[in-house]
Amino acid sequence: MNFVIPAFAPAIPEMVLLAMASFILVADTIWSKRYQFATYYATQISLLVAGYFIMTSFATTQVITFDGSFVRDSFADILKLFIILVSLGIFLFSKEYLLQQKFFSGEYFVLGLFGVLGMFVMVSAHNFITLYLGLEIMSLSMYAMIALRRDSGAAVEAAMKYFVLGALATGILLYGFSMIYGATGSITLPEIAKIIDSGKADTVVLSFGVVFIVIGLAFKLGAVPFHMWMPDVYHGAPTAVTLYLGTAPKIAGFAILYRLLAEGMPGLVSDWQTLIIILSVLSMIVSAFVAIVQENLKRMLAYSGIGHVGFLLLGVLAANPDGYASAMFYSIVYAITGVAGFGMIIALSRTGNEFDKIADFKGLNARNPWLAFMMLIVMFSMAGIPPFIGFFAKVIVIEEVVKAGFIWIAVIAVITAVISAFYYLRVVKAIYFDKVEDETPLTPVSSELNWAVSLVSIALLVLGLMPSSLIELSYQSIGVQ
Amino acid sequence: MIALSDYLIFSAILFTMSMAGIFLNRKNIIILLMSIELLLLAVNTNLVAFSSYLNDVTGQIFVFFILTVAAAEAAIGLAIIVLVFRNRKSINVDDLGSLKG
Repeated sequence: MNFVIPAFAPAIPEMVLLAMASFILVADTIWSKRYQFATYYATQISLLVAGYFIMTSFATTQVITFDGSFVRDSFADILKLFIILVSLGIFLFSKEYLLQQKFFSGEYFVLGLFGVLGMFVMVSAHNFITLYLGLEIMSLSMYAMIALRRDSGAAVEAAMKYFVLGALATGILLYGFSMIYGATGSITLPEIAKIIDSGKADTVVLSFGVVFIVIGLAFKLGAVPFHMWMPDVYHGAPTAVTLYLGTAPKIAGFAILYRLLAEGMPGLVSDWQTLIIILSVLSMIVSAFVAIVQENLKRMLAYSGIGHVGFLLLGVLAANPDGYASAMFYSIVYAITGVAGFGMIIALSRTGNEFDKIADFKGLNARNPWLAFMMLIVMFSMAGIPPFIGFFAKVIVIEEVVKAGFIWIAVIAVITAVISAFYYLRVVKAIYFDKVEDETPLTPVSSELNWAVSLVSIALLVLGLMPSSLIELSYQSIGVQ
Repeated sequence: MIALSDYLIFSAILFTMSMAGIFLNRKNIIILLMSIELLLLAVNTNLVAFSSYLNDVTGQIFVFFILTVAAAEAAIGLAIIVLVFRNRKSINVDDLGSLKG
């Protein structure tokens, strides 16, 4: 038996991230005493370097290496570039937040960087082992990040809940993997697809496996009825961590959904499509009604996130390349909008005031008209009101569902979108029409925050005015002409 | 001779026990951690049984990865439990109910 050295070149971005994260982890112990921001800058530079390596060797064809366990294609590269873009924003906002809440520490950035590495591995996973390892690298970093604020009872409780349900989700997912492995005898995704198509595998074991896998993924993505952890974790975690786990991981989550269901088990569409339909419809309905009664903005955004997952699944349940492309576009838009939403909470928060209640936003227009307008853009984009980018994201997933022949689901989607517009507009009403005694001007602690939050919000408007390039990018990377 | 189905039934029992441990347990957080380990052991049993049945080592290699990651996961879980105890002076599951809405 001879050992063939695999091609390492396709995995250079991951290797850069791993090397930098390990280096920063050690160097932080020395840096943190003398240069407070060294870790932060090193983290941002690592992301930029990884992005540079992706750009210079952008994959136009599919490259598979490490004995079929790692894949590099344009789908992976585009998602990785967006993960980097979103993470750059996350770390920028987080730095300011950690400073003003007085628990600035290098660990946040090191763990964040490891999390990004995990997302990269997930996006490029081509067999069950890489997929599992990527998922765990990301999840383990996030458990630790939530508990970073050790003295906060709410954060620790959120970490505990997320840990138990996250571990449960991976367990269920793995149980599904073991079933599929037992039925097909392979753990490499395209091979599994081939064996399923050939009809040699036991269909009962396969169906069991698919059910477990879909439930595990639903837990991870936070789709109803497996969403109970989302509001608690979003609410309890420090806003910087909520910003992290509410945005970039959703892109990676969509990627594993695509890899597993579309690349690994296209032959079992009839099995998983029904499950995805149930998850999607329930998520949209539950989030639309429960979000209305929330008083805490982070909690409201958690329920809104559940609704967004429901919309994302609409694209997946269409079960054709056009549908996947629309879901991919939705996941990217959702991540960018999430950065804007949580970034706004961070920009307005003060030491001792998290600014995460809807009541805090009352009369914001009188206190800071510019940021009030930015918040209006973010809320309108989340609600799906034209001409913001959120509108196009919703339109194309609904369009794909109609094309796939599920008119009734499209009708439910439109109705829930209208209902959920109510709770977004409630925030806008608080900002513009509610009176508040305290009319002292309110500006972000640093001008950097002001710029960043304005930039992201205006990006939602600009992308909404010319969405075609981003939509085309998603369609091309999935392989739709 | 023990058949493949016996192993699968055994692992299904382990799986159900761990599920019951997670959802029915209202006492101690450590039991949650134990249930999670049990869940992963159910998966490992499944993989090894299939691997031996199929005459293919892949499943056993997968088990090594799961065991390693489970150790890391337990370390983080215990660290979080220490934090919970420091904050609340108790590790009862029922005391973890301050976040609601």
